[in-house]
Amino acid sequence: MRIAVLCSRIRAEEKLLLAELERRGQEYTRIDDRGHVFDMHAYDYPFDVVLERAIQHSRAVYMLKIFEDAGIPTVNSHRVAVTCGDKFLVSQAMIHAGIPTPRCKLAFTPESALEAIEQLGYPVVLKPVVGSWGRMVSKINDRDAAEAILEHRSVLGNYQHSIFYIQEYIDKPGRDIRSFVIGDECIAAIYRTSNHWITNTARGGLATNCPVTPEMADMSLRAAQAVGGGVVAIDILETKDGRMLVNEVNYTMEFRNSIETTGVDIPARIIDHVLAMGRR
Amino acid sequence: MNVTCTECGAEFAIPDDTLVGEIVTCPECGVELEVVNLDPPTVAPAPEVEEDWGE
Repeated sequence: MRIAVLCSRIRAEEKLLLAELERRGQEYTRIDDRGHVFDMHAYDYPFDVVLERAIQHSRAVYMLKIFEDAGIPTVNSHRVAVTCGDKFLVSQAMIHAGIPTPRCKLAFTPESALEAIEQLGYPVVLKPVVGSWGRMVSKINDRDAAEAILEHRSVLGNYQHSIFYIQEYIDKPGRDIRSFVIGDECIAAIYRTSNHWITNTARGGLATNCPVTPEMADMSLRAAQAVGGGVVAIDILETKDGRMLVNEVNYTMEFRNSIETTGVDIPARIIDHVLAMGRR
Repeated sequence: MNVTCTECGAEFAIPDDTLVGEIVTCPECGVELEVVNLDPPTVAPAPEVEEDWGE
């Protein structure tokens, strides 16, 4: 099978995936977005399947579109990448699929954003719609903080920072859940525990195994389906009264801390999925 | 394999299974470097994280 892997920086995840391909004797072509010229008229790519592992969301979206339009199966699809790369689009997908998710509001000016924040009630969480690893995610506890952060955001330059995506703050039990979905199966989950309200493992959250309950599996699969399916990681918040809410869905998921933790060979499962897509 | 830090000039070893595109940290000055070639082993300053980086 002819596999292309879209990647530039080789994180632990890319190294594990490439090692898994090599372990199976499966050759692959690396396409580094930093050096490659894409002919938008081309159809004759010599690949049966494309695995996207780019670190840069904006480039992943364009590259997936090019390969998908050339008729090549991609992991993940362009639609999944577009949706998951934008927290607003993920929330919309959850809301309209009837999947429990924190209450969210959207506003485009500091004034209307302040109104939205006060409609939700303090504390709230303000997030850039595009971004990862908990960067620039702000918990706003009162009006003084709201006014300061909204002013800072509005002068940051990039228009994206004036798209005010505001979420109710969920008082979670010092942890959240990340579940991993591949195709039509929820293969594993971890708790991410932190003393800080931001629990991303990229920010120091500690990963431990989380037994996948039927409810969690069902919610995770529905969330994955709502964004287009494939290989995704679902961030789930638990409320004090025992409900689960889907917070985010990630499409170029990081899993380095979740293999030994869960006992599931996540890179092998991803490669199984990639090969199955290539055989279709 | 040995590489030379572009920041401080220190020479240090990187694992044999290193791939182009991996990030290594100079043990002398702590700067992050990207492996840009394996023949010969060469590093360059690692790109700064941009807003749309992540998962």
